Amino acid sequence: MPKTIAEINERIKQGKAVVVTAEEMVDVVRKDGPAAAAKKVDVVTTGTFGPMCSSGAHLNFGHPTPRMKMQKVWLNDVEAYTGLAAVDAYIGATQLREGDPENSRYPGDFPYGGAHVIHDLVAGREVNLRSTSYGTDCYPRKELSTWIRLSEINEAVLFNPRNCYQNYNVAVNASDRPVYTYLGQLRPRLGNAYYCSAGQLSPLLKDPTYRTLGIGTRIWLGGGVGYVVWQGTQHNPGVARDENGVPRTPAGTLTVIGDLKQMKPEWLVGVSLMGYGTSLAVGIGTAIPILDEGLARTAGLSDEELSAPIVEYSDCYPNMKKSPYGSTTYAQLKSGLIEIEGKKVPTSSLSSYPKAVEIAEQLKSQIFAGKFLLTEPVAPLPGPESGIKFQPLKVRERSNDDIKLDR
Amino acid sequence: MRTKRFVLTFPPEEVESPVIYHLVKEYDIKPNILRASINPREQGTMVLELNGRKENLDKALDYLKGLGVIIESLGQDIAMNEQRCIQCGACTGFCPTGALDYERPGMKVVFNADKCIACELCLTACLTRAMEGRFR
Repeated sequence: MPKTIAEINERIKQGKAVVVTAEEMVDVVRKDGPAAAAKKVDVVTTGTFGPMCSSGAHLNFGHPTPRMKMQKVWLNDVEAYTGLAAVDAYIGATQLREGDPENSRYPGDFPYGGAHVIHDLVAGREVNLRSTSYGTDCYPRKELSTWIRLSEINEAVLFNPRNCYQNYNVAVNASDRPVYTYLGQLRPRLGNAYYCSAGQLSPLLKDPTYRTLGIGTRIWLGGGVGYVVWQGTQHNPGVARDENGVPRTPAGTLTVIGDLKQMKPEWLVGVSLMGYGTSLAVGIGTAIPILDEGLARTAGLSDEELSAPIVEYSDCYPNMKKSPYGSTTYAQLKSGLIEIEGKKVPTSSLSSYPKAVEIAEQLKSQIFAGKFLLTEPVAPLPGPESGIKFQPLKVRERSNDDIKLDR
Repeated sequence: MRTKRFVLTFPPEEVESPVIYHLVKEYDIKPNILRASINPREQGTMVLELNGRKENLDKALDYLKGLGVIIESLGQDIAMNEQRCIQCGACTGFCPTGALDYERPGMKVVFNADKCIACELCLTACLTRAMEGRFR
């Protein structure tokens, strides 16, 4: 007998709901099978904590006296985007500090960027706000330098256009030189491999066809409450999938939003990737209502049953060529060694498994305590049948059709 | 027999002396140089593993101290800042001795200072700069 989200919420309110983490669900399904697990378990919590570059925060500083149309804004010398109303700005995680040598001293260190500003704000640190403007009759001020705290500004909203990638590449380097990527430093001649997923705890791997998660879904975000607002950029649901509907390559993504003021610094951490840049490690957790046997089965998928593609990052990835190394499982990745063309390659992760467990446990406790209720999506995310496909950019001349429109 | 690892800082005037030779010859020590940065007329630093009988080791260290060499045990040289560490393990793939490794199956990242040779590869492999070192 299938359950509904409303019924599960009623059980949560009565303190009767059975909630387990996605890691625990692996054992439940292994022991009892998916049909019995669906009867037994009401909610499965997931978690992930890793670098998610497409992250940032919308801020409203309020007006100084006299008022100012902040045309350029820097926070601790990291520029924020201001092509918005007078005292609004968006600080992006990968924006670098003014004067950062970048990769001119290769490989660059990238010690501080927008991600670190966001962390400092959430940690309650004072951040230097500097701004310049051309001045208008209504907004005459032309220069500003002051200090702000998160608690002192009007709004601070974390708004991340692409988080929570459903599955991700395992990065290796087949060339003779080290390469520095957003997936870490890769040693030459397949010297090491990096992966970046919580595997059996990862939110979108446990509901692979987005049956319970959509626009409006409440989530655990950065230690506070957040919501899914849209599919993320590069959402690519149409990729090849296995018999459980799990994508074999990176696929779905989420756009998420939440009030930065109620988040916690340990779950939004600025990171520096040598030779690449800065990024923000973001903590996200979801609660999957176990409505039927199908959802129990996918929520109970183990690291042995989840696979990731091995992608070569010195030539294949940058030049859009197919990588020849096939795939591996998360169980193999977590063992510390994978085998590629007969060579044993040590693996390590950019995504924190213990932190993912902690998120799933925190969310479980919140649900037990009746503090986190499940949501019915307002609209679904585009699924495998939607026809939505991630397109490469074609570099081309302007078309004649468009030139005609100039006349 | 015991093995200990040290970070030695040599004063500029001793940089050109055959100090390691004396350790072998006079004190019957098996030295293993893990890392060294020695330049003429400048202060030098060395990460050194010493293997020998306890009394010989003590005498060898006294000899080094007599030369004005600053001796620090290696464990203090590289440290994991637990507050900054996000437990991802990006460092583990780079650590040549397994001093940084996952504790399976929970995948907690642990730092075993006894295995550390202060190569400092972890310093830049770490995403949050949680590994701190002084030897450069």
